Amino acid sequence: MTRKRGRGMAAVNYPTGMNLGGDPSQALIHATTTGSFVVTLSSVDLGQGLKTVMAQICAETLGVPTDNVIIDTADTDTGPHCMGTFASRGTHRIGNAIIMAAKEARAVMLEVAAEELEVDAGDLVTDGAGAIHVKGSPQKSISIFNVALAAHFKHGKSISGRGIFLQPRSYPEPETGKMTPATCYAHACTVAEVEVDTETGEVAVLSLKSAYEVGRALNPRMVEQQIIGGAWMGISHALYETTEPYYPDRAHGPVDFNQYLMPGPGDLPEFANVVIERPAADGPFGAKGVGEMTANSPIPAIANAIFDAVGVRVDSLPITPEKVLRGIRALNA
Amino acid sequence: MTKVPVEFTLNTREQNEFVETGSTLLSALRDRLGLYGTKAGCHQGTCGACTVIIDGEPHLSCLTLAERCQGKDVTTLEGLAPAGALHPLQQAFMDGFAAQCGFCTPGMILAAKCLLDRNPDPTRDEVVDAISGNICRCTGYEPIIAAILTAAQGMRKPARKRA
Repeated sequence: MTRKRGRGMAAVNYPTGMNLGGDPSQALIHATTTGSFVVTLSSVDLGQGLKTVMAQICAETLGVPTDNVIIDTADTDTGPHCMGTFASRGTHRIGNAIIMAAKEARAVMLEVAAEELEVDAGDLVTDGAGAIHVKGSPQKSISIFNVALAAHFKHGKSISGRGIFLQPRSYPEPETGKMTPATCYAHACTVAEVEVDTETGEVAVLSLKSAYEVGRALNPRMVEQQIIGGAWMGISHALYETTEPYYPDRAHGPVDFNQYLMPGPGDLPEFANVVIERPAADGPFGAKGVGEMTANSPIPAIANAIFDAVGVRVDSLPITPEKVLRGIRALNA
Repeated sequence: MTKVPVEFTLNTREQNEFVETGSTLLSALRDRLGLYGTKAGCHQGTCGACTVIIDGEPHLSCLTLAERCQGKDVTTLEGLAPAGALHPLQQAFMDGFAAQCGFCTPGMILAAKCLLDRNPDPTRDEVVDAISGNICRCTGYEPIIAAILTAAQGMRKPARKRA
């Protein structure tokens, strides 16, 4: 029995969003009587942290504390339209829609504050901590709580805003086939190190080292979280998950977690990740989509590392021990 | 269906229930008592989402008959923060971004609590072993392992001060 080590590399350019009949997302924002801002979306947070990042984007644009923002993703039937949280589009599309809505709401908020303070709205600044004051004289100030109350009960104004981001449908140019299916592209590169057991065909991933160019990491801890989770999914796709390893009938496929295999906490490699920020001109505060590509580059990197270790080129996933052993046997035949 | 009485301790309180024979503890907790902290995942003991603590040991509530809990001491996630203050494990999971969709989190935290109760100073390998029956689809496990080690460190500190 020998264990052979190998190293492989793969890179990915990952598009943000997709191109069906156009790719829009909407956001509506309104202030409550007490100066909280409700962002109404029909975008769904399925654990990736959409609500947190959208609250950050809204708060930053309005100039209020993040705690004052309520993200309401209650109902996809009645909420403003969103294509959905997929294609790594959430941060970019919905973020841009929120910036547009928040700018409109901020303008009304400053108008009301200007009337209350009897100054020009252009002279007002937000402190990001819950107050608005005159530029250069912080003592001439009003709380956002009082601005919201005054808007509702004195001025009859709705502090609200509408936002939409649309990536229009792109048709290919007949001559060249060129088209613009997505917006900005994120980039990643992974180096995988594996150890292949030539007797059993088993592959252990020893390390995954990646660099991710994400535009801007709006929430660095959550970017890191996506990267580690995605790397695990990459290992899982590369080596474990399949619905049909059971010959000959698909009905013999896995029906539960005893048969549908995934790496457990004991199968983790050493991770090292570097995040590079090159803000995208069209991204909210420069952000691109980071979600899905984190599971992409590890897969070919692992396949290349296996080739480097034992000279076996497997071109279908997952790379099971059986495929590795068959490959080794073919080499020795 | 025949119903049988069961008396057990649930999150330090005495609980008297009539449960259907052959029904699971998971069903009693969620369907009868409305304690949704315990998650129903695979219903066959392979995912760990339904983990609860019975007499100090982690158990899969989907494979535990409710009537077999007679006289036992059962702790669910709800029992970890009875007064609203988070348990150090819960705090460490939050601080360490150790949850995404959150479905595995209650089982992970209770499996980790059993480990830390019997071994306050675990190695990384011991943490991995303790949660190896719990499946997570989002985090890649790494933040969970880190959170448990952080919580263990934090929980040991007050003990040293008292000594």
